Amino acid sequence: MIKVDDIHKSFGEAHILKGVSTQFEKGKTNLIIGQSGSGKTVFLKCLLGLFSPDKGNIIYNGKIYRNLTGDQQRNLRQEIGMVFQGSALFDSMTVEENVMFPLDMFTKQSKSEMQDRVNIVLRRVNLKDAHHKYPSEISGGMQKRVAIARAIVMNPKYLFCDEPNSGLDPKTAILIDNLIHEITQEFDITTVINTHDMNSVMEIGEKIVFLKNGYKEWEGSNKEIFKTDNKAVTDFVYSSDLFKKVRQMYLEERN
Amino acid sequence: MNYIASIGSYFIMIREVFKKPTKWPIMRKLILKEIDELIYGSLGIIIFISFFIGGVVAIQTALNITNPLIPRNLIGFATRQSVILEFAPTFTSIIMAGKVGSYITSSIGTMRVTEQIDALEVMGINSLNYLVFPKIIAMLLYPFVIAIAMYVGIFGGWIAGVFGGFSSSADFVEGIQLDFIPFHVAYSFIKTIAFALIIATIPSFHGFYMRGGALEVGKASTTSFVWTSVVIIIVNYVLTQLLLG
Repeated sequence: MIKVDDIHKSFGEAHILKGVSTQFEKGKTNLIIGQSGSGKTVFLKCLLGLFSPDKGNIIYNGKIYRNLTGDQQRNLRQEIGMVFQGSALFDSMTVEENVMFPLDMFTKQSKSEMQDRVNIVLRRVNLKDAHHKYPSEISGGMQKRVAIARAIVMNPKYLFCDEPNSGLDPKTAILIDNLIHEITQEFDITTVINTHDMNSVMEIGEKIVFLKNGYKEWEGSNKEIFKTDNKAVTDFVYSSDLFKKVRQMYLEERN
Repeated sequence: MNYIASIGSYFIMIREVFKKPTKWPIMRKLILKEIDELIYGSLGIIIFISFFIGGVVAIQTALNITNPLIPRNLIGFATRQSVILEFAPTFTSIIMAGKVGSYITSSIGTMRVTEQIDALEVMGINSLNYLVFPKIIAMLLYPFVIAIAMYVGIFGGWIAGVFGGFSSSADFVEGIQLDFIPFHVAYSFIKTIAFALIIATIPSFHGFYMRGGALEVGKASTTSFVWTSVVIIIVNYVLTQLLLG
């Protein structure tokens, strides 16, 4: 579980996060949503330890991140898997080398043990025949799957994803969403996804945190988001006619 | 004020490079890869440039000797001195600042833009050690490149001098051996080591701390070349004053 306690973050005069508190449960797919400039990326980078909050705490399983020593922070980071928006695969390495990289860095496994583990995770993300290809030789959807494989290869306790389905066609985007959701439940990890995609909100958002202008405006599940009266949330989530109709149908069904 | 902040950030970066080292088997591979990219990959252009620079120095010297009282062995002497003292270490380093420096800035800058550096950091890896340390170690072999540049430069001078009809081979070789001061070679290698560190670290700094997209990677490469060249020229002056002055 990750608990976020009143975090603030500014860059110069710009006050980006203005006291966000929430918690992300283990085994659940947690989503952070909000308009561009609402502070989602800064919030995610604070959770990852890439930015240090000016005030407030991030607590991983009872451990306050800022109170950990440098070594403890680095050990904690080895329990974190991250899928970046652009996949962030290492260009100079093949798919297999990319996935093997964390094992090579942090474990004392033999080459054959690492190879077995890489084969397992690549099979889990449904990637075959791409082991020896370079990132530039595979599609965007495949790159995302490699990034997911690299993120889970160390059996992380926490999985963070920044816009995991941006730039993908709708079918591949749903595949990636479902894959992340399945992995979250299968490995019982705490997953936090930063997204703009309303399909993801409807399909896999077991907990949704809506940020607006650096504040937490609303939080709840994908069922509750249909029922909310919060104008900021409804304006953002139901901005398209399609989603307005989906909501209407859902509410009519419930009544 | 920005310059002072950048200088401060540069020295903080240098300190970070030596903290929390990467596992040796991985670092060894990275060092060998950098030696291949930075040193071995530069040999061709260095040999080519040094050969012709040596030749041009010999020709220029010969053409400027109008007084018949000046001995012809001056061509070999001047070529040796020019190549060993300045052309091999300094001129070659400016070329390397362009070739190797822009490669370092653009490769690290691209990793920054595509979040590969963030990926390393999230994994708990000291990205500065992982990316910059192997380049520094690889560049410690740079004096060998300069030794080759010295040899080839003087050889180019001999070819141009003898086959251009400006000097006899015996005169040229006599000039090379005339008043040879071994410390000049040591001075040249001391400069070279300083330049190697500059070429490895300043472009890394510009790549690592860049912000923006592909356009900014190009701008960072240009800025890094300018600053690397400026620092090389200043350090060249300071070391010359300290060691020969």
